[in-house]
Amino acid sequence: MAKNNLLRLENLCVSYGGIRAVKGINLTVPEGEIVTLIGANGAGKSTILRTIAGLVKPESGKIYFKDNDITCKAPNLIVEQGITLVPEGRRVFPDLTVLENLKIGGYLRKDNLDADIEWVYTLFPRLKERSWQMAGTLSGGEQQMLAVGRALMSKPKLIMMDEPSLGLAPIIVQDIMNIIKTVNKEGVTILLVEQNANLALKIAHYGYVCETGHISTEGSGAALLEDEAVKAAYLGKARKK
Amino acid sequence: MSKIRKSIYTAILAVIIIALMFFLEANKFRFGMAYTVIQKGLILSVVAVSMNLVTGFTGLFSLGQAGFMAIGAYVTAIFLIPADGMAEVYYISGVNPSIMSFKYWLESGPAWVQSMYPILALILGGLVAAVFAAIIGFPVLRLKSDYLAIATLGFSEIVRAIISSPQLDTITNGSYGLKKIPGFDSLFETFAIMAVCVLLMVLLLRSTYGRAFRAIREDEVAAEAMGINLSRHKQMSFIIGSFFSAVSGGMLAMFMRSIDSKTFSVSLTYDILLIVVIGGIGSVTGSVIASLLVTASKEWWLRFFDAPLYIGNFQVPLFRTGFRMVIFSVILLLVVLFYQRGIMGKNEFSWDRLSLRVRKLLGGRKRGAKNAR
Repeated sequence: MAKNNLLRLENLCVSYGGIRAVKGINLTVPEGEIVTLIGANGAGKSTILRTIAGLVKPESGKIYFKDNDITCKAPNLIVEQGITLVPEGRRVFPDLTVLENLKIGGYLRKDNLDADIEWVYTLFPRLKERSWQMAGTLSGGEQQMLAVGRALMSKPKLIMMDEPSLGLAPIIVQDIMNIIKTVNKEGVTILLVEQNANLALKIAHYGYVCETGHISTEGSGAALLEDEAVKAAYLGKARKK
Repeated sequence: MSKIRKSIYTAILAVIIIALMFFLEANKFRFGMAYTVIQKGLILSVVAVSMNLVTGFTGLFSLGQAGFMAIGAYVTAIFLIPADGMAEVYYISGVNPSIMSFKYWLESGPAWVQSMYPILALILGGLVAAVFAAIIGFPVLRLKSDYLAIATLGFSEIVRAIISSPQLDTITNGSYGLKKIPGFDSLFETFAIMAVCVLLMVLLLRSTYGRAFRAIREDEVAAEAMGINLSRHKQMSFIIGSFFSAVSGGMLAMFMRSIDSKTFSVSLTYDILLIVVIGGIGSVTGSVIASLLVTASKEWWLRFFDAPLYIGNFQVPLFRTGFRMVIFSVILLLVVLFYQRGIMGKNEFSWDRLSLRVRKLLGGRKRGAKNAR
């Protein structure tokens, strides 16, 4: 592939309280693409994202971002490099206003945030209407928009989304997927972790299937949608959690 | 409400406060109780706001306030007691010679510098406490919620024990305490120091740091994922909070004129916690209002519960010394059960909110009157 690799994981192993959750993962995320990581509960997907974000320390293996080794760096340094995590379950700050949430997203930036706040508001007009509302009073979908908007405020090159569809109504999930596509068109590379494999593979350029800490299959989104093994394991039962 | 109107109201309020202080200053013997209560309330509001900064805004449940106040109080007191009064204060074990020479050096300074000594003493006390906070914060701030509370509570008791230990007799006068501490010249001085301290903390809370503190309170993991350095910000909040607790402790020493280690027992921390809870966890104005209200009711308005009460010839059995604290505890219990958000909740005072409240109250009454007809 001619494109540059933005993120590269080399043989990454992570243990959680004595249990090895991630057992040697190799994964690349090319610049400007949507890459998805699908798999069942407990396959280690979230752990991978948390490790990249610096919230969890890996046992062995390397993480490269734009060919710089970022393994074991502190979370704030990783955000400064241009990687932002949208955590599982949205995790907006409930007693801060929507605007304050966005400002926290740009916490590490020294320059003026106003232009980017406007940009997020044009992406999500709903947030502009609710600018002064406490984030905890927003609906689930709006909170997810806010979580994405907040992540965009750090001007990331790579956004990692952990289960953005979790706990949302199917119609809202479709909205969120459209948002992901829009954000990607704005030039942000996306690493998407999803249980809703069907939807994720439809919007992704490339996909990895994660099974109990290993990558079992990989391929382009369209190819994985057609793959018999993937179909049987994840797509047929995609709704069942 | 228009901006002009709001600033007019604010100006009126400021004038009322200043006029009230002038009045009390002029009649401090006739209204001694009000004078004392307001002064103590102002002093406690500094530590209440600092506890709110740490507990209410950053979400670190710290119960070490009394310890930091003790540090501030002792540093301030040793700094300020006049050199020729030292021998009388330390009459049992004598004064440490280096402290004595330090005091003579202090008193040889020019007069205008000497007039700044109370402020310098308070700042020095704050800085010493901040150093202690930095040292204990490093291991202790890794703990979460209740464990942090227990650890800081332990620290506060250790400080108290060390201060009253015989080994420090020549410095802290051990368990005999310190007296002859010069007090405030006027109510204005107390008010000015309190206002500056609270203003500094409000400015901090309104800055991006303040926003980061609140983000940590709301969700540590999300805050960390946004690139906020958790340990650095917690440490910062804890150190600044301890600094102002110590300033308040120093002010308390100047207010009480004599202190000993028992002044700074755990119950002092609980009193402050009470003020913070009644005022509203996460509201600066709430803490200030509550420290005045709580001090007033504890020392003044509820006093009559302590005096024997006769109805005709019958003496009501419960009214005796100490009963006021029972009533006070019952009030606290009721607040915690039914009024958890306290006076202000997480909001700050604003004229808009006040006018809304008043209008609601008046509107409610009018409707009530119609129904009665």
